[in-house]
Amino acid sequence: MPRAEATKPPILKAGAKAPDFTLKSTPDQSVSLRDFLGRPVVLAFYPADWSPVCTDQLGLYAQVMSEFKKFNAEVLGISVDGIWSHLAFSNDRKLNFPLLSDFEPKGAVSKMYGAFEAAVGESARALFVIDKKGVIRWSYLSPDGVNPGADGILSALEDLG
Amino acid sequence: MPKTYTPPRLTLPVGDRDHSEGAPDASMVLVEYGDYQCPYCGAAYPVVKRIEKELGSDLRFVFRNFPLTNSHPQAEWAAETAEAASAQGKFWPMHDFLYENQRFMGDAAYFTVYETKLKLDVTRIGQEVAQRAYSARIQEDFMSGVRSGVNGTPTFFINGIRYDGAPEFGSMVSALKVASKTPRRRART
Repeated sequence: MPRAEATKPPILKAGAKAPDFTLKSTPDQSVSLRDFLGRPVVLAFYPADWSPVCTDQLGLYAQVMSEFKKFNAEVLGISVDGIWSHLAFSNDRKLNFPLLSDFEPKGAVSKMYGAFEAAVGESARALFVIDKKGVIRWSYLSPDGVNPGADGILSALEDLG
Repeated sequence: MPKTYTPPRLTLPVGDRDHSEGAPDASMVLVEYGDYQCPYCGAAYPVVKRIEKELGSDLRFVFRNFPLTNSHPQAEWAAETAEAASAQGKFWPMHDFLYENQRFMGDAAYFTVYETKLKLDVTRIGQEVAQRAYSARIQEDFMSGVRSGVNGTPTFFINGIRYDGAPEFGSMVSALKVASKTPRRRART
C-alpha cells in the first residue's frame, strides 16, 4: 500500500471515534453520520465531481454496491462541490449512493477527518470504514490521481466480523 | 513504516475456467481485465495482438470481463455475447470482432451477420444474451478483478502481478520478459 507523502494531511486513523456531521444530500435533505449507527459506513472523500479518476472510482463503487450491501454497509461520497453539481454528476454516472456536499463552510467535515487539501481547496481522496458503533476501523489516503479501488474497503468490511 | 510499494496480485489464479490463448505452460502469462465498450481497451487490443505475435509460444494471454456498465451501457451485452459465442467454441473470434467493431456495439443485427459467418447458432446466442445466461461468470470475473486491485479498464497482470505501466507494446514486452526471468515473486521497491 503506498505510503502517504509527508505533505499530505494526516487523516484520522483506525481506533478514532468518527466525528459526527450533517451534510446535504439533496437540495432539501440532509444526512447525518449518526443516522447510520448500527451498521457500517464507508466514507469516500474525493476531490471533485466530474474529474476522470473520481468518475472511475465512484462508478466502480456503484457497480460493487451489491457486495457492500452484503455487509449492510452504507456508502457516502463527500466532496466540496455544491449540491446541484452532485445531483447532475450522480445522474450522469448513475450512482446509487448519496453524494454529500461539504460546501459551506467549505470543507469543514473534510477537515475534521484530516482529509482536506488546503492548497487546492478540495477534499483529499481518502477512505474511511466506520463500524456500527461509529468507530473508524480502517482509513486510507490515496495518492493524487490514483483510484484506490474497492478492495481495501471490502477487506476492511470483512475484518469488522 | 518502510516506503515500499507492492503492486496488487491476482487473487483468482489463471485456470481452466479462463479464456486463454497460447501455450498453457508459457513462461509469460498476461491477464487482461477488459470492458468491450471501453475506448482504452479498444486502444489496447491491437497492442495485445502485437505482443502475442512478438512473443509467440512464450506467451499465454487470458481475458477476463470487467464491464463498467454504468459508463458503458453496451458493455454487459457485449460480454454476454462473447460468452455465448464461447459456449459454441468461438470465444476468441467474437472477442476480437467486438474490439474490431466497437463502434457498432449494441447493434445486434450487425453482429448477427458475423455470427452467421462463424456458423454459430444465432438464435441460441440471442436467447442467452437476452436471459443474461452468463451473468454469474461475468460477475465472478468482475469481482475477482475488484479483489485483485482492478480499478478501471484495461488492467493487466503479468505473471500474477498487476502491471502498472502504460499499455504500450515496448514497455509491456519488457515487463513480460523481466517477469519470465523472475521465477519467484519479487516486490518492487
